[in-house]
Amino acid sequence: MNMQVAERERLSMSSQHAGQPVTRNDSANHELSIRVRDLNLWYGQSQALKNINLDIFQKNVTALIGPSGCGKSTFLRCLNRMNDLIPGVRTEGLVEMDGRDVNAAKMDEVALRRRVGMVFQKPNPFPKSIFENVAYAPRMHDMVSRKAEQDELVEQALRDAGLWNEVKDKLQQPGTSLSGGQQQRLCIARAIAVKPDVILMDEPTSALDPISTATIEDLMDKLKKQFTIVTVTHNMQQAARVADYTAFFHLGEVIEYNDTRMMFSNPHTKKAEDYITGRYG
Amino acid sequence: MQTNQLLAIFSGVLLLLGLVAFFLGRAKAARVRASGSAMSAQPEQYAWFAVLATAGPAFAVSSVGAFIMLLLGADIPTFLLLAGSLVAAALGLMVGVSQVKPAFHARQAIEKVIQWILIAAALISIFTTFGILFSIIFEALRFFRMHSFWEFITGTVWNPGASFLAAAGRAEEGASAAQFGSVPLFAGTFMITAIAMLVAIPVGLLSAIYMSEFAPQRVRTLAKPTLEVLAGIPTVVYGFFAAITVAPIIVDVAGFFGLDSSFNNAVAPGVVMGVMIIPFISSLSDDVINSVPDSMRQGSLALGMTKGETIRDVVIPAALPGIISASLLAVSRALGETMIVVMAAGMRPNLTANPLEDMTTVTVRIVAALTGDLEFESAETLSAFALGLVLFIVTLSLNLVSVLMIRRFREKYRVNNL
Amino acid sequence: MSQSFDDISAQLKRRHRKSSRLKWISMGALGLAGLFLVLFFADMLSKGLPAFQQAYIEVELDYNEDAQRMGRAALDPEVSRLVSRSFERLIPGMLRDDPGLIGTTEQRWVLADSEVDQYLKGHRSRLSEDERETVDELVESGRLELQFNTTFFTEGDSKMPERAGILAAAVGTVMTMLVTLAIAFPIGVMTAVYLEEFAPDNRFTQLIEININNLAAIPSILFGLLGLAIFINFFGVPRSSALVGGMTLALMTLPVIIIATRTALRSVPDSIRHAAFGVGCSRWQVVRDHVLPLATPGIMTGSIIGLAQAMGETAPLIIIGMVAFIPDVGASFTNASTVLPAQIFTWAGEPERAFVEKTAGGILVLLSILIALNAAAVVLRKKFERRW
Repeated sequence: MNMQVAERERLSMSSQHAGQPVTRNDSANHELSIRVRDLNLWYGQSQALKNINLDIFQKNVTALIGPSGCGKSTFLRCLNRMNDLIPGVRTEGLVEMDGRDVNAAKMDEVALRRRVGMVFQKPNPFPKSIFENVAYAPRMHDMVSRKAEQDELVEQALRDAGLWNEVKDKLQQPGTSLSGGQQQRLCIARAIAVKPDVILMDEPTSALDPISTATIEDLMDKLKKQFTIVTVTHNMQQAARVADYTAFFHLGEVIEYNDTRMMFSNPHTKKAEDYITGRYG
Repeated sequence: MQTNQLLAIFSGVLLLLGLVAFFLGRAKAARVRASGSAMSAQPEQYAWFAVLATAGPAFAVSSVGAFIMLLLGADIPTFLLLAGSLVAAALGLMVGVSQVKPAFHARQAIEKVIQWILIAAALISIFTTFGILFSIIFEALRFFRMHSFWEFITGTVWNPGASFLAAAGRAEEGASAAQFGSVPLFAGTFMITAIAMLVAIPVGLLSAIYMSEFAPQRVRTLAKPTLEVLAGIPTVVYGFFAAITVAPIIVDVAGFFGLDSSFNNAVAPGVVMGVMIIPFISSLSDDVINSVPDSMRQGSLALGMTKGETIRDVVIPAALPGIISASLLAVSRALGETMIVVMAAGMRPNLTANPLEDMTTVTVRIVAALTGDLEFESAETLSAFALGLVLFIVTLSLNLVSVLMIRRFREKYRVNNL
Repeated sequence: MSQSFDDISAQLKRRHRKSSRLKWISMGALGLAGLFLVLFFADMLSKGLPAFQQAYIEVELDYNEDAQRMGRAALDPEVSRLVSRSFERLIPGMLRDDPGLIGTTEQRWVLADSEVDQYLKGHRSRLSEDERETVDELVESGRLELQFNTTFFTEGDSKMPERAGILAAAVGTVMTMLVTLAIAFPIGVMTAVYLEEFAPDNRFTQLIEININNLAAIPSILFGLLGLAIFINFFGVPRSSALVGGMTLALMTLPVIIIATRTALRSVPDSIRHAAFGVGCSRWQVVRDHVLPLATPGIMTGSIIGLAQAMGETAPLIIIGMVAFIPDVGASFTNASTVLPAQIFTWAGEPERAFVEKTAGGILVLLSILIALNAAAVVLRKKFERRW
C-alpha cells in the first residue's frame, strides 16, 4: 500500500513540468517573477531543502503550507538571501529573478533585498517613531529628495497598509506603542514604502488576534495588485482565503504545487490530501 | 586580662558548653524516643537546637555588652561581661535540653534561627553602605564646622598649608590662613575623567560592535577574555605604567610639537585610565548589543540596508540606554579611581584647561591628607572626608541613574541577563 | 517599473564602502586595545625581568679585629665600595655569633652594591670611572656576575635596593586575604542564599539588592575612609594591620561574592528544588542538600575572582596605613604589615633608579599570581560547567 502511494506521488511529480503548478489559475497573471530550480539547502550536515522547483508568478499571492519543520520558512528566506545571516548554511541550485541568479557571487544581497522585501512572524518595528519607521528606508535609498516628497511617500505607504487613519495624528509616537496588529501593518507599510517587486511574509498573522488577522488578509488581497506576495502560513484556511497558488512542503520537498482552489478541493497527492484534511500537521 | 585571653576563654568554654548541649540533647531525645513516644523531629535536630540555645544568648549578651562599652563609653569590667555571657550560655543550655519533648518542633525552630542568621548576613551590606555614609558625613560635618561649606564648594584656591598649626593651637604662627576651595580639585578630576572617557568610550564601544556584529566566533571567544585581562590589572600597576612609561612619551610628543608639558600632566593618567576602563565599556556594551533582538537587524536588512547602516541606525539606537548606562558607570569609576592619579598626576591644585599641565584630583588630595603624619583633628585631615562625601554623592547618583536606565532597557526587550 | 539590480547596485557602492569602513574602524579599535595590552606586557617584562637577577661578587673576607666593629674592615678597600653595605653590616653580627671566625679568611660570593648591579645591566650608574674598570676586570676574571636573585624572594623591604625583597609583602598579602575570605565568603554566600532562596520579593529585599549593586560601584577609596573612621578610630582595630586591611577589603569583596553566588544559585533549575520539596524536604534542607552542592563550582569561581580583585587593591589600604615600611618577615594579624600592591606603590616612590626594576619585578610577581588565580577560576568553571 505504502509503495503504491509513493509510486503515485512520484508519477504525479514527474508528470508535471519542473516548477509549474499542476493546474493553472486561469484568472491569474502568469508572468514569471521568481524561478527556482533544483534548490538544495543544508544546515551544516542536515539537508533542509531538497530539489525545490517552483515558479512564482507576478502580482499573485503564493502560499507555502506544510507541517512545522517542513522547510517552508527556510525556502522563503532563500528568496531574499536572509539565510546568509545564519552561520553554516549552504545552498545549491538556481533562484532566478529578472534573469539573474540571486545566489551568484556578483549579486549584491542588499540590492536583492531592496527588491524583495520581507514581513516577519513577530512584528518588529524599529525603536523609532511611526513616521521614521516608514521614512527611514526610502530616505536611505535616496527615493525621496524633499521633505514634502517624504511625507507623501509615508502617507501613501501607511494608506496602502490600511493604517493611515489610525496613526495620522500620532506619527511621532514610537512604533512600539501600537497594538500587535497595528505594528504588523506598520511593518508592511515599512516594506512597501521601499517599492519592492516581491514581498515575502513569514507567517505574518501567527502572533495576532483573529480581527487583526482578518485585516491583514484583506490587505494582502489589495496589495497583490501592486506586488508579488509569497506568504508562509500555518493556517490552511488562510491559504485558501488569500492565495492564488499554494505549494505544499513536506520534509524539505515540494510535494504538490497547484492552483489554490484545486489544491484544497482536489489535491493530486495523498500526502497533501492527508495534510489538508487534517490527518497530520 | 588581655582581650586575646578573654576571647580564648570565651570561645573555649562556649565550645565546651556547646558539645555538652549537643550530646545531652541527643541522649535525651534518644531516650524519649526509645520510650515509645512519637517525636516531631530527629534526635540530631533536638541536639542542634540545644546547641543554638546555648550559643545564642552568650553571643547576644557579649555583643550587647561590647556595643554598650563602645557606643556609650560605659565601663563594664570585661571579666564581668565574660562571666555574664557564660552564665547566659549555661541558662540557654538548660532551656535547650528541657525543650527536648515530643511535641516540640525542633527542626522548625532551628530553621527559624537559620533564616534570621541569613537575614542578619544580608543586612551587613546595608550596614556597610550606611557605615560609609555615616563615617564620611560625621567627619565631613566636623570639617564644615571649621570651614564654610560655601567656600569649600565655590572657592578656587586649595591651600591647606598651615592648618595643622591651627590644630596644634598655634594658628597665629601660620604664614597664611588655610584655604579649602575644592574647585581646582574637581576641575582636575573632571579633566582626567574626560580624557579617560575620550579613550574608553570610542574604543570600548567600537570593540563591542566589532565583537558582537562582525567578528567570527573564533575571534570573539579569544578577544573577550583578552580584553578582560585589561580589567584585571591592578590599578597600582597602571599607575606605575602611566608615571614611568606613558608620561615621558607624552612629554616627548608634546615637545615634538613645540609644546611644554609637565611630567605630571593630566594626559598620561587620563589615557591609561581610559585603557583600564575599555573592557568595562566593551563588555557591558557587548552584552547590551547582543540582547537587541535579532528581529530588529533582520527587519532592517530586509529593507535593503547595509550591515553598517543597520548597526548605526537600528542596533545602536536600540542599545543606547544600555550603552549610556555603561558609560555612566565608567564615569563613576573614573571619578573615584585613585592609584593611577596618585602615582601619575600632580599634587598641585591647579585650575587650568591645559591637559599638559600638572593638576591634581579629589582622590589624590584624600590620599595626601590621610597619609601624612597629621593630627586626625586637623582641618586638612578632615577635608579628606568632605571630599569623600562629594565623591560619594556624585558616584552614587551616577550609579542610580545607570541602574534605572539599564532597567528600562531590560523591560523593553525582556532580557534578564543584564 | 522598478529599478534593475544593476542600477541599485551602482547606487549602493558608496553605502557599501561606508559599511565596510565601520567594520575596519571597529576592528582597529579592538586591535588598539590588544596592542596596548601587548605594549604593556612588553614594557613590564623588559623593566621587571632584570629584577630577578642580581649582581654578586666574590670577595676575600679577612675577619680581623676591626671587622668586629666595622664590617667594612674585613674587605679589601679596592672592592669594598662594590659590595652591598647591607652585607658589610652583617659581618660584626656574624663574628659575635661565632667568635671562632676571628683571624680567619674566607672566599665568598656576596651581594654587590646596586650601583654595580645597575652598571652590569647597562643602566645609568653612579660608579666612578675607576670603579667601572675594576668591575670590568672582576667580570673578566669571573669574580663578579649576575646570579638569580634569591634575596628578592626571601627578604622584606629595605632602603637598599639590592637587599629589598617581596617576602614580607607576600606574607602580608596572604594574611590579609585570609581575613578577607574568612569574613566575605560566609557572609556573601549567606546573603546570596537568603536573597535567592528565602527572601520574599518586597521593598526590603529590593532595597538590599539595589544596595549591593551600588556597593559594587562605590569607589574603593571610600572603603578606606570607612575602615579609617569605623574600624580604626571607632572600634580600635590596630592601624596598618592585616586584620583591618582584611576587614576593609572584605566589605569590598562582599558584593562580588554575593552577585556570583546568586548567579550560581539561579542557574540551578527549579526542577531540582521541586523534586526535593516533593520528597518532603524543608526549604533549608533543599538549599543545604541539593541547591548549594550544585552551585558550589560557581560560588568558588566567583570567590576566586573576588579574591583576585581584592589582592590587587591598593587605594583603601593606603588610607588605613598599610604602606608601612616592613623589613622583617613576621606573621601576625595585628602588627603593622604591608601587601604586594602597597609594596609596589612604596617602591614606585623611591628615588633610586634600581627601585624601578624592583617595582616592575614586584608587578610581575603580582600579575603572575593574579593570572594564575583567574586561570584557576576559568578552569574550575570549564570543568564543572553544567548545561541544564
